[in-house]
Amino acid sequence: MSEFKTTEMLQEEAAKIWAGIEGKTLTPKDRTAIPQQEMPSQEPTVRAHNMSEVALTQARVEAERCIQCGGAPCKKGCPVAVPIPEFIKHIQQGDFKGAVDTIKNTNLLPAICGRVCPQEKQCQSFCTVGKMLKSPEKAVAIGRLERYVADWERANNKITVPTPAPETGKRVAVIGSGPAGLTVAADIRRAGHSVTVFEAFQKTGGVMVYGIPEFRLPKAIVAKEVENLKKMGVEFKTSFLVGRTATLEQLLDSEGFDAAFIGTGAGLPKFLGIEGENLIGVFSANEYLTRSNLMKAYDREHADTPLFEAKRVAVFGGGNVAMDGARTALRLGAEKVYCVYRRTRAEMPARVEEVAHAIEEGVDFHFLENPTKFIGDEKGRLTGVELLNYELGEPDASGRRKPVAIPGTEHVLEIDAAVVALGNESNPLMSQTTEGLNVTKRGNIIVDENQKTSIPRVWAGGDIVLGAATVILAMGEGRRAAASMNEYLAGK
Amino acid sequence: MHKILEKRQLSYDKERDQSVFYYKVEAPEIARNRKAGQFIIFQLDEDYGERIPLTIADANAEEGWIAIVFQTVGATTRRFSATFNVGDNVPVLVGPLGKPTHIEKKDGLVLCVGGGIGIAPLHPIVQANHAVGNKVVTIIGARTKDLLFFEDEMRAASDELIIVTDDGSYGRKAVVTAPLTEICEKEKVSEIVSIGPAIMMKFCVAAARPFGVPITTSLNTIMIDGTGMCGCCRVKVGDATKFVCVDGPEFNGYEVDFDNMMQRMTAFKDKEREADHKCRVGLDAGKVSA
Ligand SMILES: Cc1cc2nc3c(=O)[nH]c(=O)nc-3n(C[C@H](O)[C@H](O)[C@H](O)COP(=O)(O)OP(=O)(O)OC[C@H]3O[C@@H](n4cnc5c(N)ncnc54)[C@H](O)[C@@H]3O)c2cc1C
Ligand SMILES: Cc1cc2nc3c(=O)[nH]c(=O)nc-3n(C[C@H](O)[C@H](O)[C@H](O)COP(=O)(O)OP(=O)(O)OC[C@H]3O[C@@H](n4cnc5c(N)ncnc54)[C@H](O)[C@@H]3O)c2cc1C
Ligand code: SF4
Ligand code: SF4
Ligand code: FES
Repeated sequence: MSEFKTTEMLQEEAAKIWAGIEGKTLTPKDRTAIPQQEMPSQEPTVRAHNMSEVALTQARVEAERCIQCGGAPCKKGCPVAVPIPEFIKHIQQGDFKGAVDTIKNTNLLPAICGRVCPQEKQCQSFCTVGKMLKSPEKAVAIGRLERYVADWERANNKITVPTPAPETGKRVAVIGSGPAGLTVAADIRRAGHSVTVFEAFQKTGGVMVYGIPEFRLPKAIVAKEVENLKKMGVEFKTSFLVGRTATLEQLLDSEGFDAAFIGTGAGLPKFLGIEGENLIGVFSANEYLTRSNLMKAYDREHADTPLFEAKRVAVFGGGNVAMDGARTALRLGAEKVYCVYRRTRAEMPARVEEVAHAIEEGVDFHFLENPTKFIGDEKGRLTGVELLNYELGEPDASGRRKPVAIPGTEHVLEIDAAVVALGNESNPLMSQTTEGLNVTKRGNIIVDENQKTSIPRVWAGGDIVLGAATVILAMGEGRRAAASMNEYLAGK
Repeated sequence: MHKILEKRQLSYDKERDQSVFYYKVEAPEIARNRKAGQFIIFQLDEDYGERIPLTIADANAEEGWIAIVFQTVGATTRRFSATFNVGDNVPVLVGPLGKPTHIEKKDGLVLCVGGGIGIAPLHPIVQANHAVGNKVVTIIGARTKDLLFFEDEMRAASDELIIVTDDGSYGRKAVVTAPLTEICEKEKVSEIVSIGPAIMMKFCVAAARPFGVPITTSLNTIMIDGTGMCGCCRVKVGDATKFVCVDGPEFNGYEVDFDNMMQRMTAFKDKEREADHKCRVGLDAGKVSA
């Protein structure tokens, strides 16, 4: 991690660099000599008031680092193939609107993906500049640029809401309002079909609102995307659980929908299956984060949903969900937050940036340790967890070195809350209530290359197909499904 | 929109300052698909409201309404009864949730036992058993006469109705397990359905055990989403951890770890006390001694 710099310092530096390069023709060497710009993220409300020229300068300086390589290797690393050099070129020319429109040709949610994509494993890992500087962390900050132009567009009210094609009279049901569902809704509505999105929760956005915390993805951004869809004429029915309020069959047969998309996500929390897991104080990350994000339990003055106040919290897992759990625990007032992961930092699946933030904020990492049982008092309240030490052995099928327990190393960590963040499996409700819907052993819906399921007129995509994956992959699947659905509806 | 069509106070418990209310709410989609044993979740406010599960106590698909019956135990249920009246809308209402009760034609009688507020969720199960032609004997119990409700409704759907109160102020002075045991001794009972406070269900299971009669209990754990996403409603059933909202709410009573469930329900007790600003003694009615 580079030393900490305040926003003002960063902006001052950027201004100096900008003064040096503005209007000049830069060689690739000049470009790679420009230091990567931090471009600190701010709440959109704050940013709306200080869209200063300097902040903007940072984006322009960062864009100048791109050498516009032919073949665009970066683009191959993006699951939806955002035309990266093209959008950066627009920024270099000072045309932010052009940049964001270019991104939106393939990525409908740049403000979101710019924040939550694991860029260092995707687009940025292929960037030539990063390779020249021998560190993917020094690559052109593609994600930050994406975020910047999308935020600029929103803050300056420059968003253009697409005009749907003339009404076709066909109706599509979208089940689930996560990134997969929202993408399908947008693409299908554009083609002139009417779209109704059914969402079980009272709020739309899926994991983007109930899982990923506000400090990482402001809910106002997700709300804005939904608002735009509403402007396009997409109808949202919240508090509607498909399978129970109405079955898929009812929607297709008695409600007259011509086609349906299932984007219900991977909402079934995994537990460790160890002793003491049902003690008071042991939470799934889903519960912990939902209480805090969706039910706003952090807002003690207004929220009715209670918060579990704990002084010493242990989070189990090494992914984004674990980082969100740990950083949320700190914000909810825990004095000590541990993150217990059975491998090492190098193997953590979380975004590098999130791990760095967690460390900066004081999360205490226990690598190469794994819980064996939870310990409670006579009232059934959690008091501690027994951990076992591990070492890394031979690489397993995934290529990662397998953690092996070291017998006899049991020790107890005193905690009063535990957050289990081992990922999610598929919620079985849709398959249980839909006859003929084929799923894998793990409950993921089986689809063909066009995202079609085993049932006619029904497509699926996102986490319910992939298992717990990412926002951009869910979106990519949504786009593929929508294209196939539009084709089907046009021929009908 | 879920407009409140009717509101009635069914009882008032002076000792605990708790009331039971009946609300009839417009909900055509829920009414159409709901079956006995299912529940809804409501919120008084989309942003800050707690998500509260309540069993669907009655419904009419043609007229498009459901009925809920609830006890004012905490902040949300109190606010609901105090500030929501006929003509108002319930801001958030989702359902029907949970698996429906398994209802089938039985040889012997079906014994339905409801304690305290548990009488409400029992009602649709009594109705459904009656509708398939089962002989239904219903036992309803409460601490005292004033806390009983649904007497007429239960009588209409049962072959026989037995009423007990702890203090003998109405019906027989007994706890629900007394008539339960007597009936099991003299008749062929195919199934017992017991709904009430956890402690009452635990004692009903103990009373049923010597007769080997299958017993179904309906669990009322703390919930958030009610769709299987958070795991907050989990209980130990047999060797497995089950989610009450999607695997239940009804489970084989012999397998439920009631002690674990009762402990888990105290998880936020201190917090809720604070929110409610009222000191309450505990859960209501149907108190049973061994
Ligand atoms: C805490 C956390 C942090 C994460 N961090 C990142 C990150 O940094 N970067 C990243 O790329 N990815 C991250 N992810 C993963 C990412 O959020 C998911 O891959 C993505 O949201 C999946 O999108 P989806 O549309 O398939 O489903 P979801 O976002 O899960 O949305 C599904 C929606 O469907 C609704 N639903 C379910 N069943 C029904 C039904 N029967 N009827 C009606 N509605 C229903 C659900 O309520 C939900 O709103 C994270 C996930 C979590 C939990
Ligand atoms: C499937 C299901 C069906 C239910 N059906 C009914 C019903 O038909 N009628 C009815 O009156 N209640 C029913 N309940 C219980 C009802 O949900 C709770 O009484 C309610 O959540 C209390 O909310 P509150 O905010 O008013 O009280 P809170 O302030 O949340 O709690 C007040 C007190 O009640 C206890 N408590 C919290 N949650 C529950 C709970 N789920 N069950 C019992 N005690 C709890 C707390 O420990 C606290 O002491 C049902 C619960 C479930 C899970
Ligand atoms: S969508 Fe994600 S992977 Fe693709 S360019 Fe943007 S940040 Fe990179
Ligand atoms: S690989 Fe890097 S330098 Fe090359 S075009 Fe892509 S972002 Fe620009
Ligand atoms: S209430 Fe969340 S899983 Fe049951």
